Amino acid sequence: MAIKARHRRFAWIAVGVLALGSATALVLNAFQSNLVFFYTPSQVFANEAPTGRNFRIGGLVEMGSVARSSANVEVKFKVTDNAQTIPVVYHGILPDLFKEGKGVVAQGALSPDGVFVASQVLAKHDENYMPPEAAEALRKAGHPVKPQQEFVDKARYSVQQQ
Amino acid sequence: MSWLYRFASPATFYPLAGKLAPWFFAASAVTGLIGLYIGLIEAPTDFQQGEAYRIIYIHVPAAWMSMFIYVLMAFYGILFFTFNTRLSAMMMSALAPTGAMFTFVALWTGALWGRPTWGTYWVWDARLTSELILLFLYLGFMALQAAIEDPRRADKAAALLAIVGVVNVPIIYFSVQWWNTLHQGASVSLTASPKMAMIMLTGMLIMAFSAWMYTIGASLLRVRAIILEREAGAEWLKRHVAEQAR
Repeated sequence: MAIKARHRRFAWIAVGVLALGSATALVLNAFQSNLVFFYTPSQVFANEAPTGRNFRIGGLVEMGSVARSSANVEVKFKVTDNAQTIPVVYHGILPDLFKEGKGVVAQGALSPDGVFVASQVLAKHDENYMPPEAAEALRKAGHPVKPQQEFVDKARYSVQQQ
Repeated sequence: MSWLYRFASPATFYPLAGKLAPWFFAASAVTGLIGLYIGLIEAPTDFQQGEAYRIIYIHVPAAWMSMFIYVLMAFYGILFFTFNTRLSAMMMSALAPTGAMFTFVALWTGALWGRPTWGTYWVWDARLTSELILLFLYLGFMALQAAIEDPRRADKAAALLAIVGVVNVPIIYFSVQWWNTLHQGASVSLTASPKMAMIMLTGMLIMAFSAWMYTIGASLLRVRAIILEREAGAEWLKRHVAEQAR
């Protein structure tokens, strides 16, 4: 069977795209640690987070951990991935969606006493959308909308990698 | 295959595109109105985000189209290289401005959504950054094609950029799975059941359909303009114009 010119051209494109795709995959894999937007508390405890410079931690705001001071705008809360927990202190205004049991991403640095001093706090919402009544019905039925499972999953994955 | 080649000829495609375009625009307008009605009036508020979530009726369809149009452009680029069909290159160029527009809309509405929910307009996380790169790829594609005088060489260079750049699309799509991002994961995917109330999902899918129809209509009109420009003086075009004038 004679190979037509257009078959040859197509083969070259396929080989080119494949080579480029693999090269990109390798590069992304090599930069893996620089592409994460935040580290989970488990990763911080496993010493995966950078030391000596600012980084972000992400997780759920632990239930019952938020303490506001009346004197200034200082807020203390704990970030958890259901495996490890890190206390955070922050001076500033919190986003509207900041809530206990919900996702949060804080940027700052770990102080020597293990408290994360945040310079910025962002709320991380999940991909579930439903009317309030439906969420309430789920809660009453004993199946509340799960807080972002991905924090827990990713934390477990990162620990398993050790 | 012969029918395919027939429609790959600008002479056949030009009048056909002109006939079809208004129908796609009409479909887009009708479904767009229905989608907006469902999304902005019928659908309830969200249990955590309140009214702010309603931006998804624009944001998600725009983001889907921004990625899908680039894949289509790469597909036409491959067709152009493989079969040497002029029309494939023209379709590729016709899609680019619409793709760039949807990318911009996705970024812009995302910023407006991010401020009240996350607490910031912009962060350099993997999803947002790769989507911004997509916008630059679209703009680069159009600039590259405009910068080269000879249309054939311009098509070749642009097609190459379209094919090379397509590597970015899976990175955008999977960024929220591969890395920790501030951006949430996908609510709708082929592998899992949708994570949103039925009526919200319905509104969003109707809006996505409307965006599709708009994209087809706009690129058909644009490809006609490109054909006119490239084939000016061709025999078939003179005959066609003469027929239209009668």
